[in-house]
Amino acid sequence: MSKSYLAEHVKGLQPSGIRKFFDLASKMDNVISLGVGEPDFVTPWNVIEASYHSLEQGYTAYTANAGLLELREEISKYLEETFSVSYNPEDQILVTVGASQAIDVALRTIVNRGDEVIVVEPCFVSYGPAIELAGGVPVSVSATAENEFKVTPQQIESAITPKTKAIVICSPNNPTGAVLSKEELTAIATVVEKHDLVVLSDEIYAELAYDGPATSFASIEGMKEHTIVLSGFSKSFAMTGWRLGFATGPTEIMQAMTKIHQYTIMCAPTMAQHGALEALRNGNDSVREMKTSYQQRRNFVVKALNEMGLSCHLPGGAFYVFPSIKATGYSSEEFAQKLLEEERVAVVPGHVFGESGEGYIRCSYATSIKQLDEAMKRISRFVKQNSKV
Amino acid sequence: MEQKEIELLKLLEKNGRLDNDTISKMLDITPVEVEEMIKKLEQEHAILGYSALVDWSSVYEYEGVAALIDVKVTPVRGVGFDKIASRIYRFPEVKAVYLMSGSYDLSVSVEGKTMMEVSRFVSEKLSTLDTVLSTTTHFILKKYKHDGIIFDEGDDDDKRIMVTP
Repeated sequence: MSKSYLAEHVKGLQPSGIRKFFDLASKMDNVISLGVGEPDFVTPWNVIEASYHSLEQGYTAYTANAGLLELREEISKYLEETFSVSYNPEDQILVTVGASQAIDVALRTIVNRGDEVIVVEPCFVSYGPAIELAGGVPVSVSATAENEFKVTPQQIESAITPKTKAIVICSPNNPTGAVLSKEELTAIATVVEKHDLVVLSDEIYAELAYDGPATSFASIEGMKEHTIVLSGFSKSFAMTGWRLGFATGPTEIMQAMTKIHQYTIMCAPTMAQHGALEALRNGNDSVREMKTSYQQRRNFVVKALNEMGLSCHLPGGAFYVFPSIKATGYSSEEFAQKLLEEERVAVVPGHVFGESGEGYIRCSYATSIKQLDEAMKRISRFVKQNSKV
Repeated sequence: MEQKEIELLKLLEKNGRLDNDTISKMLDITPVEVEEMIKKLEQEHAILGYSALVDWSSVYEYEGVAALIDVKVTPVRGVGFDKIASRIYRFPEVKAVYLMSGSYDLSVSVEGKTMMEVSRFVSEKLSTLDTVLSTTTHFILKKYKHDGIIFDEGDDDDKRIMVTP
């Protein structure tokens, strides 16, 4: 065998478990996919139109490295109004290529080789690999169904070693939909303070919280100096393909992040930034409308799943439900694969989001109610035929 | 009105055929409550009827024309525009009547089988009414969107890839 040119740390990188299901599902016909981690809505027209207009006007050049100042000012205003956290648009906000790049650049900014970063599982599949690529060591803490997939301060504390540098928290959560309350976040803050950790708070789903507004970790007393908020336009404004996100945090960190961003990305796409500007200025009604629709679908899916015997708690946010499939006796992977083969419904097996996701599946309800209705009928038939109870 | 009632109205306005069982799950109430709520809204005339939005242009052999007519009228003391409006909206060929701000008073939507038929309605029925001062008829050439639904949208496929993180 010929010699591999791959770097050692890349060789060890595990492929995403999601990839496999994508490959399987995309070869079949008549599949209803509940495996999609993005809105089914098209971006609101006023946003698309604003971006067209910017192109027509010839705004096709680079912007400032940190993003259009106008956009950073709007982001600052938005965060202040929505989450009561204030950031200076001049030096505390960075516009990124999706929240994904924000995560990557934040980790590269703060992680020394060998530093440990705590990751609360089940979680978005990119955290672990991004930490490894930044030279860090991911340390998993498992949020469990018994506690509605909410991590406890004790769990975090028990994972802390002298090498622990940071913790990644995502609320509302992908894949479980769990939302941490202000009290729960405050309890975590005590641990953060005590061990002087940096918190990477992934708040991409913050707009999609159904039982009252989500709390930003940065708004917890004393936490602003410890927190890098990672967010973006993908989920709330249905702008996934635009690849536009942002990060906010203490000046020193944000300036360092901007430096890395400048050398590696230059700036986020200009036309997308113009769209985002319109989204923040005039997108509120669209967000509210989509949110109502998600909430109705959430209610529908949770009821339907519980009725068919897949126990599922009512998640407070995002657009995922995370039902248990243990009653069927299958592993998550078997369940997902058989369901796809027999009933042509694609879901994501819970274990790809971390060990504690085993025994669960992630269903996205960002799909029309008609499709959801049909999917629930198919899953119900599947469960009836496969139940070992 | 309750929040759930408004949600229910919005759902039915978008899709009048949504069944009670689905609605009950979406709004987190029982199917019986949905039924009662709908009955109540019907009695209160918040819900006036249920209909399908038909794109007749896609129906083979169907022929028909529609027009929007701007009507200027003289309002009548005591009853304002209402009386003349009711004289107009009772004609079966009239599909909608609105009182408008601006340079004319009533906007009248009329449907007929041919242009001739609509023209005859305007010249013989509408413009001969006592209080009607003038009419301007605009024939509709093509419907792009009606009641929030886009006609002729061939490409409404899900453009997302099957499974994403």
